[in-house]
Amino acid sequence: MIEMLRPRELRAWGMLGMNARNLDFIGRYNPRSRFPLVDNKLRTKLIAEQYGVPVPRLRFAVDQQHQVNDALRKLAELDGFAIKPAKGSGGKGIWVITGRRKDAFLKSSGASVELSDLSRHMSNTLAGLYSLGGGADTVIVEDLITADPIFDDYSYEGVPDIRVIVFKGYPVMAMLRLATHASDGKANLHQGAVGVGLALDTGRCASAVQFDRRIEAHPDTGADLANVAVPEWPALLELAASCYEMTGLGYLGTDIVIDRDRGPMLLELNARPGLSIQIANGRGLVPRLRHVESLGAGPHPSAAGRVSYAIGTLAAL
Amino acid sequence: MNQRATLWFIVLLLTAVGLGTAVLRHTVTGLPWLPGEHRDLWLVEARVDFVALGEPVTVSLSIPDEIPGFTRISEQAASPGYGFALTGDQGDRRAEWTRREALGRQSLYFTASFLPEEGPAPGIEESVPEPEPVFWGDAEVTAATDLIAGARSTSSDARSLAREICNRFLAGGQNAALLRARNEDHAGLLDRLMRDAGLSTREVMALTLEDARRRQVLSALLEVHDGRRWLLVDPQRGIIEAPEDLLLWHRSENALLDVTGGRDSRLSFSMIRQSLPAEQIATEQHGDSLFATLGVHRLPIEEQSMFKLLLLLPLGAAAVVFFRVLIGLQTSGTFMPVLIALVFLQTSLLPGLVSFVSVVILGLLMRGYLSHLNLLLVSRIAALIVLVIFIISLLSIVGYQLGISTGMVITFFPMIIIAWTIERLSILWEEEGPRDVLMQGGGSMLVAIAAYLLMKARLVQHLTFNFPELNLVLLALILAMGQYTGYKLTELHRFAALRNRPES
Repeated sequence: MIEMLRPRELRAWGMLGMNARNLDFIGRYNPRSRFPLVDNKLRTKLIAEQYGVPVPRLRFAVDQQHQVNDALRKLAELDGFAIKPAKGSGGKGIWVITGRRKDAFLKSSGASVELSDLSRHMSNTLAGLYSLGGGADTVIVEDLITADPIFDDYSYEGVPDIRVIVFKGYPVMAMLRLATHASDGKANLHQGAVGVGLALDTGRCASAVQFDRRIEAHPDTGADLANVAVPEWPALLELAASCYEMTGLGYLGTDIVIDRDRGPMLLELNARPGLSIQIANGRGLVPRLRHVESLGAGPHPSAAGRVSYAIGTLAAL
Repeated sequence: MNQRATLWFIVLLLTAVGLGTAVLRHTVTGLPWLPGEHRDLWLVEARVDFVALGEPVTVSLSIPDEIPGFTRISEQAASPGYGFALTGDQGDRRAEWTRREALGRQSLYFTASFLPEEGPAPGIEESVPEPEPVFWGDAEVTAATDLIAGARSTSSDARSLAREICNRFLAGGQNAALLRARNEDHAGLLDRLMRDAGLSTREVMALTLEDARRRQVLSALLEVHDGRRWLLVDPQRGIIEAPEDLLLWHRSENALLDVTGGRDSRLSFSMIRQSLPAEQIATEQHGDSLFATLGVHRLPIEEQSMFKLLLLLPLGAAAVVFFRVLIGLQTSGTFMPVLIALVFLQTSLLPGLVSFVSVVILGLLMRGYLSHLNLLLVSRIAALIVLVIFIISLLSIVGYQLGISTGMVITFFPMIIIAWTIERLSILWEEEGPRDVLMQGGGSMLVAIAAYLLMKARLVQHLTFNFPELNLVLLALILAMGQYTGYKLTELHRFAALRNRPES
């Protein structure tokens, strides 16, 4: 039996639907000209460095097919790195190499790939296999992120990341995404990753879901998800909030990782953030979004001011 | 808010213009709203036979112009060797055949088609001649005066007077019997009675319409003016209110048929009743109106059939918008379902569906092998296009050999789009797993089938083709749906996890 809700119930909970998101928020607050900035990870990285926002260090980028062999020579000397398509979406085409076994490279999933596989992957990426329109793309190779040990109990594979929705510079909702065995190491909720809704004021677990169902413990490690608490919460929110000035996008999804050595770092930005963050948090975005809209222009010019407003006022909505 | 108001205004405007134009087209040209509406049409052929004397020949035949109860749709003449022209003006239209030299039996044909009109014929403003005085013979004068006096006493105006005279004339009382016995020409007799009573009359010739009759002749009838319009009077039947089976052929003072250079001329008629689609009649009848000029009926047949498909596309597009925005189905390639639906229109549903699914599955298998070959994206898709063409050719040939003629129809498939679909589904499979492939593939199929069923409906095809302006209404609908910010149907299910959320 398919469980259905009445639209009235959803409205009462303030759930944001896809159509309303596209029309009332993305369409209204995200200028089209700013999209390339977030759709291209290389450009995001460059502008983030310009604004002093910490990001994983860029090793090199490849944008021509003939540079691939040269790139392979450089990769052969590295132990760990991440290869990403600059215009990829939804984590597609990201290979995280965590180690070496003789000539072979070990992916974070445990699979082993050869240099020739890397070559093919880079060629595919350059030809636009992962890019949104199928157009030519750029390969980015960047440093690995070392996961903060506080999440050791909760991560099955890969590094957990924190998605914060930033509306007109105010953080409005956040969740921690944990890869699972079911999600094949990917932090994508609809593939089976665990979404842990984080209370906006404390950064602690509010509720957790997998496959759109509430869960209490991590399905692979068994750790109690209620104990999740993100350290340096206001600093992380401030990092997210500062992306507003950087991109000029009013409705923005920021993906942040916490590195053991360097602290919170911006991983990527998304101009069309998904809606499942509402399921993870067990609450709708609409009340907070409408409240921020009602504030009008610029009562809090600084990111820190907006974060404290979010912690003090928005979290209770 | 202002922007939204503008949009709603545009939506309303488009709807009004679309519906308004359609209604106008319907009333002006009589294009039917529903498909398959047929109307009866009378095809009447006049045949003139005469023996030519070897001199210059001129044949002039009176032909109908304005006929009460009928609309003239078309007319043409068949007469090899003769020059032909339509001459004359209102009230006296004539078909004229001419030839420098002719000898022996000659047959000339004039064919016209007439559409019975619904409702009474509108009156035509004409000058009505004053009735000429009537002279009766000694024996008749009492009977005639008596009859007229009786009719006058039981009538109130010209119309009822005419009716009463007719009734008395037909009822066969003493006076009528006497008059009838002394006159062969009943139409002429009735004419004289009417004139004597002070009514304006004129003699006309009419054709009695009966399906599949040949060698019919015109019968002499009478028209009487009741003060507002001319009424047709049949001396056998009285006043004829709605002349359904009487076609008024000739009414002027001039001769019905005039032959110079010939003798033994004879005029006869044959007729059949034809049942034609109402659209065809409308297009023939209003071939030169503004609507016809702006309609697609004027184009060559080949372009018309292309337009038929083209004008269906907006509906498919609207269906995609509906399913994606309101229902929330996922499709692979936004408008690919419309293209598939168009293919189904040409192949019919089941063969199209079966061949499409088998092409995609075979393609996916081959694509699986291609991914091992380590190719660049562009060449991989190009290779896939070649393979898809091979698959389709193979299926067509196998289908043909097995005697399934529908095997050939899959050549309609847009190869390049199929190749891209296979590529996308294959990547989806690798990255997200078979579940997503089934979801998107199934969604696409569902939308394609729904769009096909919509576009297949005869009513829809009829309306979009004959009333292209209705697509403006579809455009308005698409614009309106483009503003929908409510929940999609699938979201009602997706967010169902919130029902047992913690109270916070």
